[in-house]
Amino acid sequence: MTGAAIAIALVQLVLFVFLSPLLIGVIRQVRARLEGRAGAGIWQPWRDVRKLLTKDPVRAADSSWMLAAGPVTLLVSSLLLVALLPLVGTLPLPLIPSDLFVIVSVMLIGVVALALVGLDAGTAFGGMGSSRHMTVAALVEPTLLLAVYALSIPAGTSTLSLIVETRLANPAVIISPVSLLAMVALAIAIMAETSRLPVDNPSTHLELTMLHEAMVLEASGRDLAWLELGSWLKLAALLGLLSNLIVPWGVLTEFSPLGLLVGVVTVTVKILALGVVLSVGEVFLAKARLFRVPELLAGSFALALLAVTASYLVA
Amino acid sequence: MTALEAGMLGQVLLLALAVTGALLVGTRWRSRVIGTLCALLAAAGIVTGAIALFGGEGSLTIPTALPMDPLVLSPDRLGGLVMMVVSAVGVLASLFGIGSARVASASRTSWVSMAVFLFGMQLVPAATDIVSFLLFWEIMTLGSTALLLAHHATRGTVASAIVWYSAMSQLSFFFVLAGFAVLAAATGGTGFSGLATVDPASWQASLAFVLLLLGFGGKAELVPLHVWVPRVLPEAPGHVAAAMSGAMVNIGVYGALLVCVRLLPNGPAWWGVLLMALGGLSALYGILQASVASNLKVLLAYSTTENMGLVFLGLGASVLLRADDATAAADAALVAALLLMVSHAAFKATLFLGAGAIARSTGEMNLDRLGGLGSRMPWTAATFGAAAMGAAALPVTSGFVAEWMLLQALIHGSRVDGEVVSVTASVAMPLAVAVIALTAGLALLTFVKAYGIAFLARPRSPKATQAREVPVIMRVSLVLGALGVIALGLVPGPLAVAIASAVGPAFAPDVRTVGLAGVDARGIDAVLDPTTFVVLAALLLVPVLIALFASARRHPTRTSPLPWAGGGSRLRPRMQYTATSYAEPLVRVFDDVLRPSRDVEVTHVGESRYLVERVHVEQSVSDVIETRFYRPMLNAAQRFGILARRAQNGSIHRYLSYSFVALLSVLIVVSL
Repeated sequence: MTGAAIAIALVQLVLFVFLSPLLIGVIRQVRARLEGRAGAGIWQPWRDVRKLLTKDPVRAADSSWMLAAGPVTLLVSSLLLVALLPLVGTLPLPLIPSDLFVIVSVMLIGVVALALVGLDAGTAFGGMGSSRHMTVAALVEPTLLLAVYALSIPAGTSTLSLIVETRLANPAVIISPVSLLAMVALAIAIMAETSRLPVDNPSTHLELTMLHEAMVLEASGRDLAWLELGSWLKLAALLGLLSNLIVPWGVLTEFSPLGLLVGVVTVTVKILALGVVLSVGEVFLAKARLFRVPELLAGSFALALLAVTASYLVA
Repeated sequence: MTALEAGMLGQVLLLALAVTGALLVGTRWRSRVIGTLCALLAAAGIVTGAIALFGGEGSLTIPTALPMDPLVLSPDRLGGLVMMVVSAVGVLASLFGIGSARVASASRTSWVSMAVFLFGMQLVPAATDIVSFLLFWEIMTLGSTALLLAHHATRGTVASAIVWYSAMSQLSFFFVLAGFAVLAAATGGTGFSGLATVDPASWQASLAFVLLLLGFGGKAELVPLHVWVPRVLPEAPGHVAAAMSGAMVNIGVYGALLVCVRLLPNGPAWWGVLLMALGGLSALYGILQASVASNLKVLLAYSTTENMGLVFLGLGASVLLRADDATAAADAALVAALLLMVSHAAFKATLFLGAGAIARSTGEMNLDRLGGLGSRMPWTAATFGAAAMGAAALPVTSGFVAEWMLLQALIHGSRVDGEVVSVTASVAMPLAVAVIALTAGLALLTFVKAYGIAFLARPRSPKATQAREVPVIMRVSLVLGALGVIALGLVPGPLAVAIASAVGPAFAPDVRTVGLAGVDARGIDAVLDPTTFVVLAALLLVPVLIALFASARRHPTRTSPLPWAGGGSRLRPRMQYTATSYAEPLVRVFDDVLRPSRDVEVTHVGESRYLVERVHVEQSVSDVIETRFYRPMLNAAQRFGILARRAQNGSIHRYLSYSFVALLSVLIVVSL
C-alpha cells in the first residue's frame, strides 16, 4: 500500500514535470490559432526552459539570497503539490494525506516565495506586482477554502483523495446543485490563484497591468526557469484536481500496472482538454480592472458560502 | 515541601533578589545582573509550570485576617501550562533586555518593574481564589504600567499612551471584579472550586460570563477593548513589548479558559456564539489594521489582536459545539485554541524582539524608511523571518499547526455521524472558516510586507544603510524564540498531548502523537505529521538542487547594478515600493472599513501643467473604533467636565453662596 502510494507519487511527479510545459504550449498554441497567428508550437515552453538553464543568471547588485532561494522554493512547493494531490491515483501517502488545508498552505508557500522574489529586486514594478499578487491571494483564500469545504461535506473528510473517491463511487454527488456551485467558485479561485484571465493577463507586455509577470521581471537564467516551471506545475496540478473533481473516472483507486497506465492517460487527456477549454475561454475574456477583481472574488465567495450552508440546511 | 511549593517559593525569593539587586547595583552592571536574575525568575516559572503541568501537587497559603476563604496558590495542570508559556516568554524578554536596555529602560524603576511584572504574570495562573487572582493580576498591571513609564521623559506620546493603558486596564479590572463578584454572591465563597458549583444555565452565570469576558477580552486585546494596544506597544522598548504582547495577553486567555473550562463548563450555546462573534470580529479587524500599518510595532500590535481573536474564536466554537453535543470537535477546537495561544506566544515574542533589534540598530520603526536589513543584520533577519512565517501560519511552524487544528475542528463540527447538529452551528462554522481564511490571507500579506520591505531590497534611508547586527545576548534570545516557533511546528504531537491533559478532567480531547511526533486528532479523524512532510520536501529538493548545481557550474551568476528595472533608474532606492504603497490596493478594497484620509500635494514646475517638481502624499488610517466609539464618549465626559468647571471657577463669592445654600438646605431639612 505504502509502496504503491510512493510509486504513484513518483509517477505523478515525472508525468507533471513533463506535462506542465506541454500544457502551457497547448494553451498558447490554441490561443494563437484562434487569434489567427501561427503560434510557436506546443513544445516552445520546453525549449524556453532548456534555453534559460543554459544562460548566466543576472542578479541586481543589492539583491539578497532570496532572489536565488525564492524560485527554488516555488518550484519545490509546486512539486509537493503534485506529489500530494490525487491526480493519477487516490492512494494517500502514509502520514501525509492530501489534506485540503495542508495543500492550500503548500501552495501559499509558493505564493509567498514569489512575492518575496518580486520585492527583493528593489524596483517599483517588482513591488507593484508583489503587492497586487498578495492582495489577490489574500482575497482568494476564503473562496478557495470554502469551496473545497463544500466539496468535503458529502465525503465527511477534508482529505482530497477521499473526496475524489466519494465522487467516483457516487456520481450523483457531482451534479448536485451544491457541488456545481462549489465547482464554479473553485474554478474562479483557481483562475485567480494561477494568474489567468480575467484576474491577470499571462501574455501581457505592459508592465502597469502586470501581476505575475511584474514579479519575475528581474529574474533571469535558471532563476526564471524555476519560477516559470513552478508556476506551470501549479497550474497543471490545480487543473488536474479540478478535472478529477468534475470527471473522476479513470483515477486509480487500487494499484495495478494497467490501472496506472489508464490513470496516466486519462489525467493527461483531462488536463489537456481542460487547458484547451481554458484557452478558448480566454480568447473571449478581457482582463478585469484590478479593483474589479475583488467584486469577482466576492461573487465567487458568495457562491461557495451558499454551497456550504445549503449542504447543511437543505440536504 | 513538594517540588511545586519549592518552585513557587523560589519565584518569590528570586523576585526579592531582583528587586533589591535593582536598587543596589550601579548603572554599569545593573542590566547584566538584574537581567540575569529576571531570566532566572522566569526560568523558575517554567520549572514550576512544568511540574504543575505534569501533575505535581502542592500549595502555598497566604494567611489573612479577612473574613473570606484563605488565599491559596496552587496551579493546576492548565495553570501550569499557562505559567510555563508566560515564563518562557519572560526568559526571552529578560535575556534580550540584558543587551538592549539602555538609558531609561535600564533605570532602577525599569528593572524593578520588569521583575515585578514577570512575577505577577507568572503567579496569576497559580491562584485558586478570586482575591489572590486579582492581587497578582493587579501586580502584573502595575508592573507593566511602571515599565512603560521609563521613556516618558524623552517622548511626549508616552504619557498619553499610559493614560490609555491605565484607563483600559482598570476597565478590565472592573469587569473582572464585577464578574467574580456576581459568582461569589451566588455561591457565597471566593475559592474557585466553590464558584464552579454555579449552574451555567442560571442568570447569574450568564451575567458573570459576559462581565468576565469583557474583562479578560480587554487584557487579551480584543475589539473593541483593544484601543490601548496600538498606542502602548509602539512606545514600549522591544523586550517589554515582547513580554506584554507575547505573555501578558495569555493571562487574558487564561482568564477566559478559567471561565469556560474550570468555572462554568457546559455553558449555553449563545455563549459560544458571543465568543465566536467577538473573536471573529477581532481577528478580521486586527489583521486589516495590521496589513495597512507602516509602523512595524503598530503592525505587530494589531496582529496580536488578530491572533487573540482566533483564540477566542476557537474557544467559542468549543463552547458552541459542546452545547450541541458535538464533543469530539468541541474538544479539538479547545486544543486548537490553546495551540494558538502557545504558538502566538512564541512567534509574537520573537517578532517584537526582532522589532526591538531593528529599533536598536536603526532607531527607526517606520517600514517606509527601512530596507536591505537582511544582509546587514542576518541573525535578526533569519529569526524574524521564521517568526513571521509562524504569524502567517505557513508550514512548518507552530502557527500553521494551530490554525490547521482549528480549521479541522470547525469543518468536522457541523455534523456528527451524518446528522446536522444545529442550525446555529451550520451557519457559524462556515462563516468561521471564511473568517479564518480571510484572516490567514491578510496575515500572509501583512508579514510578506513586514519581512520583504524591512529586510529585502535596498535601504530606503541612511539609518537603514548603516544598520549593524545586535550583540550576542540579544541574538541568543532571538534564536531561542525562532527555534521555539520551528520546533513547535515540527513536533506538535507532545505539546498537543500535554494540552489535552491540561484541560482535563472536564474535557478529554482524544489527541495522540503519531509518526515522527506529529499530531493525530482521533475524535475528528485528522492527522498531521510535519516532519514527514519536511522529509518529502527535502527529497523533492534533491533533484532540483542537482539541476541547479549542474547549471551553476557552467553558468555562474553575474551581478549588475541595472539588470532590467523597467528600462532604468534602478539606482534610486526611493523608487522602490514602500510598506504604504504595498498596502495601497488593500486600503482601496477595504475603503469602507478603514476610512483612510489621504492628502496629495502636487507642486508644478513653473507654469507647466504637466511637469511636476514635487509630489507630497500623506495617508493615515485611523482606528475606526477609537474615533467612532471612544471619542464620542470621551467628548461627552469632557463636556460634563467643562460644565463642572463652570461651577468651580475659583471665585470666593460663588463658594460662599454655595456654603450659604448648603447651610440653608441643611436647616430646612432638619426643621422638617
